Parts: sequence; structure tokens; C-alpha cells
Amino acid sequence: MNRILPRLLLTPAVATLLLWMLVPLLMTLYFSVIRFNLLQPDQIGFVGLANFEYFVTDPSFITAIGNTLVLLGSVIGITVVFGVAIALLINEPFAGRALVRVLLISPFFVMPTVNALLWKNMMMNPIYGVLAQVWLFFGATPVDWLTDWPLFSIVIMVSWQWLPFATLIFVTALQSMDREQLEASRMDGAHYGQQLRYLYLPHLSRSVAVVVMIELIFLLSVFAEIFTTTGGGPGDASTNIAFLIFKQALLNFDAGVASAGALFAVVLANIAAVFLIRLVGKNLDP
Amino acid sequence: MSIPNPTPLNLTQWLRTVAAWLVALLLFFPLGWLLLTAFKTELQAIAVPPEWLFTPTLENFHEVQERSDYLLYAKNSVITSVVSTLLGMLIATPAAYAMAFFKSKHTKDILMWMLSTKMMPAVGALVPVYVLAQKSHLLDTQLALIIVFTLSNLPIMVWMLFSQFKDIPHETLEAARMDGAGLWQEWRMVLLPLAMGGLASTGLLCLVLSWNEAFWSLNLTAAKGGTLATLIASYSSPEGLFWAKLSAASLMAIAPIVVFGWFSQKQLVQGLTFGAVK
Repeated sequence: MNRILPRLLLTPAVATLLLWMLVPLLMTLYFSVIRFNLLQPDQIGFVGLANFEYFVTDPSFITAIGNTLVLLGSVIGITVVFGVAIALLINEPFAGRALVRVLLISPFFVMPTVNALLWKNMMMNPIYGVLAQVWLFFGATPVDWLTDWPLFSIVIMVSWQWLPFATLIFVTALQSMDREQLEASRMDGAHYGQQLRYLYLPHLSRSVAVVVMIELIFLLSVFAEIFTTTGGGPGDASTNIAFLIFKQALLNFDAGVASAGALFAVVLANIAAVFLIRLVGKNLDP
Repeated sequence: MSIPNPTPLNLTQWLRTVAAWLVALLLFFPLGWLLLTAFKTELQAIAVPPEWLFTPTLENFHEVQERSDYLLYAKNSVITSVVSTLLGMLIATPAAYAMAFFKSKHTKDILMWMLSTKMMPAVGALVPVYVLAQKSHLLDTQLALIIVFTLSNLPIMVWMLFSQFKDIPHETLEAARMDGAGLWQEWRMVLLPLAMGGLASTGLLCLVLSWNEAFWSLNLTAAKGGTLATLIASYSSPEGLFWAKLSAASLMAIAPIVVFGWFSQKQLVQGLTFGAVK
């Protein structure tokens, strides 16, 4: 029983995930070498590597890869740095801490489409938006965020969503620190900078790994924020790989080229996965 | 070291309180603004300078329901997120249990493989899933979303549950077995109470993720099977100037899950640390 039972229990999850991975992958492989327009599903034919060539030589491709990496890097950087800072700030008790916690976590529960429209209209609109008012108040010329800083605007929206997540993970980690050790270090005359360097930050390393891991998973496929605000533009300025493939598939109806692109996304994801497994393997023994 | 002077300590405390509140209010501000705008008239919503004091109106909520059948989308959101969460728990819990309590040399590999399937961006599967849904006439149905949500949340769920289960001491289960407890009793009487927290936080996260999921709902559903995420996206087309209605619709879309999140955030965050916090 001790051998059969675990397998039996594991099978549904493994089987469904295997199907979920293999079926789309094989179909994508097949679609990527045929001519396949969603509007003319009957006229298919083998085209070899033409779809790949088309996708890779598309000037948007390099831009999209760059944008994907910038988005990943900036959001992870922003959320980890500010997350640690805010976590350290609210780690000690103060008046109204419970309420502050609730206010802080709120953006995490906001769906991406609402997040995007909220920022696009009420915050970033160059005439009526709150930011424009703030700029005017300080005598500056309001910025047309989505036109002039499209990718940065997306970074702001996504960071706003994920900063609360990172912060609360870090706070939870800090709460579990050994109080006596901290007290002892203070008795020994360690000032806050030293405590930060030798106690707080090392203690946070594992939770930083967790935050990076989870954000990596979700940020590789940021889509709704782009879809509802910039539409990838102006030009390709805020198009990431996910959005580029979407454009090929459902706007140009070219499923062949989109599939070729999807395979690139899979390769990119696997590179990220290797990096991730190294990171997690070290910090998170399962 | 001299005896700490109480005054600077109080000053630090005072500064900490002010800074923490400032940060919290700053981050919450966009949501607070959304809340205010939802109760304004369209003219007040775009007033320059912004109006802080006004007579609230419920007109927008009424109009959102009239214009786009909020209740239908809300129903779709509830059904897809709840059913996919339950289904996911049903598949993930046994798997996590098996890996945590019957560890083999493949356990780590299986876990890593599962996580790697989550790394594959949804967009990589867009065309095949779209075509499959089209062929099986599942486009624009709740069922399509339920299947996709369940599958795409599964790796995270197994991981979360596993990292919770593995902290439960094996001896507890063995002791129960020694006392002659059957497998079912062992689960119900010993494991379930110990794992309740982990199960709850996993379910909560899954519910939040499904409710807020936008990629698949935007691409696979429209007017019939669409969730609240799709409803809101449809408000992006008319350029600006319907902010009050947009805010009302947004508020109605996020309020259930945000309020739910407020009450469950402690539990949720605890589970999300993936055992990284002891």
C-alpha cells in the first residue's frame, strides 16, 4: 500500500499538468511550421521555417524582448527594494498598524484590468488626471504618461500591484525574527545600520527568493495592463513578448506566426526557469 | 553605552508612525480616488481642480447595471473562481500530501517540473487553447475558463500545499496509525486540523487569482461567459470622460474580492511565504 497509494494520489495532478503542457506544446510546434490563418482555417500548408523567419525578422521582436526584460527587471527591483524598506518601517508596533497593513495590501487584490484603467484615466490622464494636477500644483508641465513614457507607465501599474505582496511577505519574515538576538546585538552596542546589515537583511534573503520566484512567474506574462492601456504602443514602445504574440494571433489572425513566437516565449521562459531553479534550489529546499 | 534617553526614542516612534501612514495612504490613494469618483457625477469626476466635497450619487451604479448587465458577469466570476478553486484543491491536495508524506527521490524533480509548467507564459498556449476551445464550442463559456483556471493554478497550489504539509511532523501521523486509526480517520482527525491553515490560504490565493485573471478571460470569453475582468476591459474603448461610470463598474468588480482579501490577508500571506519563513 505504501507504494501504490502515493502514486495514485499523485496521478491526477501529474496527468492533467502533463496534458496541459504537452498538448498545447505539440500543437504549437505543428502550427509553427504551417500556414495557418484563423480566418481561413481550411487553407493550411507546410511552410517550413518561414513563420519563424517572419517573427524573428519583425523589428518588433527585439523591442518586445527588450521590453519584457525591462519590465521584469524594473518591477522586481522596485518591489524588492521598496518592499524591504516599507517592511522594516512597519515591523515595529505603532498606532494603527493593523489598519496600515490592510491599506497596504489592498492593491494586490485589484484585478489588472481595473488597475490599468484606474491609472490610465484617473491618475495619468494629462489633463484631468491626479498626477497632472500634482504637476500643475508644483508649476511643472503635466506629463502625457502613456504617450511619452509608455513602458514606464506599465512598470508603475504593475509595481503598484506587486509592491503590497512583496511588502507583506517581508513583514511576515521579519516578524519571525529572533527577538532575543536583536536585543543582544543592541546590548552589545550595534547600531541600526549594523543590525540591518548583519541581522535583518540576511534573515530576509529566503523571502526575497520567494518574492522573485513568484513575481517572475506572473510578470513574464503581463498582458491585461498593456491590452487595456497602451495597446502595446505607441509603435512597439510597450509591447512585450506576450502582447506581440497576442497581436499576431488574434489581431492579425496569423496563428502560424503567433505559434512560432510562442515557441520563443517558451524558450525565454525556460531560461528564466533555469535561473529560478538555481535560485530556489539554493534558498528553498523542498 | 549611556542609558537611552526617552525623548529621541519617542521621536523615532513618532516619525515611524507618520512615515508608515504616509506610505500606506500614498499606496492606497488610487483606490480611494476610485471610491470617491464612483459616487460623483461625470462632470464632477473630471473637474479641475478635483472636487473633494460633493453630494454622493448612486446613479452610476444603476447605469452600469443597465448598460452592461453587471450581475451576469458577477455570476460568471463567482462560478468560475469558486468551481476552479474547489476543483484545483481536489486535485492538488492529494498530490501535495503524497509528496510531503511519502517522499521519494523524484519528489524534488516533480515539484520543479510542476513549477516549470507555470513558467511557460499563458500566451505560449494561446493559439492551441483558443483553437481547442473553438473546435469544442467552448468559446465564451464558463466551462472553458473553469478548466483553464484550474490547470493554470494547479502548480502554485501543489507547491503551497506541499510547503505547508511538509512542516507537519510525520510522527503525529504515525502515532495515530499506531493507535489503529485507518487512513480516512488519520486524514480527518489528525491531518485535516493540522493542515487547515495551509488549505485555507491556498484556496484563498486561488480564489483571488481566478477572480482577477484577465488573460484567458479576455481571450476566450466575451458577452456570455465573460467575467468581471472582461466587463471592465470593455469600458476602456470610449476614450475617457465616463470616469464616474468606469469607477462605479470597477468598484463593483473589485469590492467583493478586496473586502474578502482584507479579512483573509493574514492567512493568505502566511501561506504565500512557501515555508520560507519559520
